[in-house]
Amino acid sequence: MATATEQWVLVEMVQALYEAPAYHLILEGILILWIIRLLFSKTYKLQERSDLTVKEKEELIEEWQPEPLVPPVPKDHPALNYNIVSGPPSHKIVVNGKECINFASFNFLGLLDNPRVKAAALASLKKYGVGTCGPRGFYGTFDVHLDLEDRLAKFMKTEEAIIYSYGFATIASAIPAYSKRGDIVFVDRAACFAIQKGLQASRSDIKLFKHNDMADLERLLKEQEIEDQKNPRKARVTRRFIVVEGLYMNTGTICPLPELIDDIDLISANMENALASIGGFCCGRSFVIDHQRLSGQGYCFSASLPPLLAAAAIEALNIMEENPGIFAVLKEKCRQIHKALQGISGLKVVGESFSPAFHLQLEESTRSREQDVRLLQEIVDQCMNKNIALTQARYLEKEEKCLPPPSIRVVVTVEQTEEELERAASTIKEVAQVVLL
Amino acid sequence: MANPGGGTVCNGKLHNHKKQSNGSQRRNCTKNGIVKEAQQNGKPHFYDKLIVESFEEAPLHVVVFTYMAYGIGTLFGYLRDFLRNWGIEKCNAAVERKEQKDFVPLYQDFENFYTRNLYMRIRDNWNRPICSAPGPLFDVMERVSDDYNWTFRFTGRIIKDVINMGSYNFLGLADKYDESMKTIKDVLEVYGTGVASTRHEMGTLDKHKELEDLVAKFLNVEAAMVFGMGFATNSMNIPALVGKGCLILSDELNHTSLVLGARLSGATIRVFKHNNTQSLEKLLRDAVIYGQPRTCRAWKKILILVEGTYSMEGSIVHLPQILALKKKYKAYLYIDEAHSIGAVGPTGRGVTEFFGLDPHEVDVLMGTFTKSFGASGGYIAGRKDLVDYLRVHSHSAVYATSMSPPIAEQIIRSLKFIMGLDGTTQGLQRVQQLAKNTRYFRQRLQEMGFIIYGNENASVVPLLLYMPGKVAAFARHMLQEKKIGVVVVGFPATPLAEARARFCVSASHTREMLDTVLEALDETGDLLRLKYSRHKKSARPELYDETSFELED
Repeated sequence: MATATEQWVLVEMVQALYEAPAYHLILEGILILWIIRLLFSKTYKLQERSDLTVKEKEELIEEWQPEPLVPPVPKDHPALNYNIVSGPPSHKIVVNGKECINFASFNFLGLLDNPRVKAAALASLKKYGVGTCGPRGFYGTFDVHLDLEDRLAKFMKTEEAIIYSYGFATIASAIPAYSKRGDIVFVDRAACFAIQKGLQASRSDIKLFKHNDMADLERLLKEQEIEDQKNPRKARVTRRFIVVEGLYMNTGTICPLPELIDDIDLISANMENALASIGGFCCGRSFVIDHQRLSGQGYCFSASLPPLLAAAAIEALNIMEENPGIFAVLKEKCRQIHKALQGISGLKVVGESFSPAFHLQLEESTRSREQDVRLLQEIVDQCMNKNIALTQARYLEKEEKCLPPPSIRVVVTVEQTEEELERAASTIKEVAQVVLL
Repeated sequence: MANPGGGTVCNGKLHNHKKQSNGSQRRNCTKNGIVKEAQQNGKPHFYDKLIVESFEEAPLHVVVFTYMAYGIGTLFGYLRDFLRNWGIEKCNAAVERKEQKDFVPLYQDFENFYTRNLYMRIRDNWNRPICSAPGPLFDVMERVSDDYNWTFRFTGRIIKDVINMGSYNFLGLADKYDESMKTIKDVLEVYGTGVASTRHEMGTLDKHKELEDLVAKFLNVEAAMVFGMGFATNSMNIPALVGKGCLILSDELNHTSLVLGARLSGATIRVFKHNNTQSLEKLLRDAVIYGQPRTCRAWKKILILVEGTYSMEGSIVHLPQILALKKKYKAYLYIDEAHSIGAVGPTGRGVTEFFGLDPHEVDVLMGTFTKSFGASGGYIAGRKDLVDYLRVHSHSAVYATSMSPPIAEQIIRSLKFIMGLDGTTQGLQRVQQLAKNTRYFRQRLQEMGFIIYGNENASVVPLLLYMPGKVAAFARHMLQEKKIGVVVVGFPATPLAEARARFCVSASHTREMLDTVLEALDETGDLLRLKYSRHKKSARPELYDETSFELED
């Protein structure tokens, strides 16, 4: 039976062969021949690597000379010779052996010297020692950290807060935790270096808008909307973020928050300035902040903040909550010196009148940045000679995306008396006159 | 089958890395003549220590069960997600605001899947808060969860005197206050806690200069620079050293900070197998001979990134071979000694001393102060021109606040202690005690039949658990029943099938504490059936007297 069906099928096949049109048979025949040829032909390797002999390879290895690991730095490079501060960087600071009034450290509320803060840190030192010996996940979480996070969340009136052990790492770890490759971030041009590094680590698309220019931001957002409509599928999976600074360090100006948004998702801040401690924190809704506990790199893979610094921060918060009046005092002092420094020939004040850290830039810059820096340094040095400690704002010139012009940074603190502020203003005026004319 | 890097294993047989031409048993710690490799390199001294590392493979049934466990967990995860989506089950996690519900979701659903369904079940084993100094004994705050780990509540009770096998406290220098810490108290009172400025501006204190000089002296190099955070030391200085057009050869299992630093630099990154010098050599040869891809131009620089001790594997870098390769191919070497400085080497100077090599041969020595010195922060040390360059160009020097003065004082105190500059030999004794404790601990664990990874001299001891259920059971049992605090690690810090418990031996652990821990481990190992090793030897306590564990001089 089987052979009969087989024969029958075979007959059918042969018949089909006879009945097929000629071109069909020819085409099939050509294809079969081509396949046979391909099967038996030699495969060609792509000529990516030329065949070097072993001797040639050894010669290449011998001859290769790398660049030196670091290029030589000239001995008189201005950044090489730091100002050495002997003793605490408090209101009366001893720089390079000279006692000056401190207009350079970000000690806004004067808490670096506060005895209560020091006492709290000391109590913590006695109980916990210094280091935490581990990241937060592995027995590095102390009750002090949990306390500090609670207090910060309450202070900022948000649901939750998370602390980092380094101010720079705070925003630089927070941004890549949320924004990944393919997402879009709209960021101000004058954003500080830490934000730039966070954006670089996130590998997202960055769209810069002009500093504090809401119209420019709106234009970019509208452009993005048009893009989205062209490609709705992609738009559904692309997240969009806006990153702004509250008080820009590079310009001393404030961002126009009410125009921008009605509710903020994440606030990131630095405890190293007003809070007289080290580290930073992020606060916001639990939904947002909780994510960083597993994906914030500076949080998960780094040792936690030493408890004595956390205790110092808690005490600083206490002081801030107990005397809310100091903020008004600080504002008043800022206004005072801002007014006093107006009208210096050759220097212009850049920054809001209530900003405690503002810049003095050259009104007319010479063509070269180096020359500008040298002039400003001359002013700073002479002010230092007259016992006013100032500093230039430092940047990594090659690494910044939008390098701000060279400037002297002036910092106002609550500890400075009115008389000292007047003295500083008049000293700067005098020195500027001498140097710039 | 999971093949942990480093050890060549076939069929579960153990193959020790022996730097010895004859195959002598690893129990011998006697001096064994000239090593072939050292002779070839013309080194004037002999590296005569046996490198003993082991990465035993798991038995087949264990791996199968582990994957099955993850599979079942995933299935249940899908089921629960389905129930939660349809409202049948209450969702305890925080959710997006109503106003933002139609925004693109903030988190990828899948990336959260693991967190929501697998990690959440056992997350009470991490982030355990403590309320005392992280010494050899510490106090853990008791936490309970009423809703299966979604939220925790403190009962107010404190579990006192838990033996600490989790904190990186290698030399026992992180302890509560005692009189020797008086200098820190003084510095705190004079200088305060914060600095509020960067190194370039007004933040360089005389304490920093003192510290940097001392670090350079300790490491026996020309100069050093310190930074406020160990993680940031890597992520902010590697971009300053290499850039576009350079090549970075990084070990497979490098720490996140090294990977981040390498990525931020913009250089090309190629990864070589963990601690595998053949893999590294192949990459070096290809790089030097063929140059950059497509343009075939020569690379500007080649930087090799390795760590001294790898904390997840417990392995120590094969430094002599890597130095030989480095010299031959003219590459630069960057060693991250976060876990090995102070802990490895006869006087605690790190891996260079461990192998008897000159620290000047390594281009960039990096390390952290968190682990052996009981403080926080990091350093980079090397030639003076390197450190000067970093002083000018490091991101941290320009934009980040400098180290806090009391922390700097703690490091100064620890360094003086270890170097013996305080007039005692206690520092040296602690380093030796650490080495003794490490070898004792590792040897006993191996004899009990656990699978331990890594070099016999590494103070970080990973004990393999494999199955996720056992991970949770182990950590909970050890804390609640035995009052021992252990650290367990799973995916994604380790490969999926290789969850482990990681012990950090400390010089301040006494023999009694170690024995308590070992007994507890023995019982728990039997209870949870964790003794997977096929090279189990019976425990013969009478052999473990002091003399077996004396260090060779």
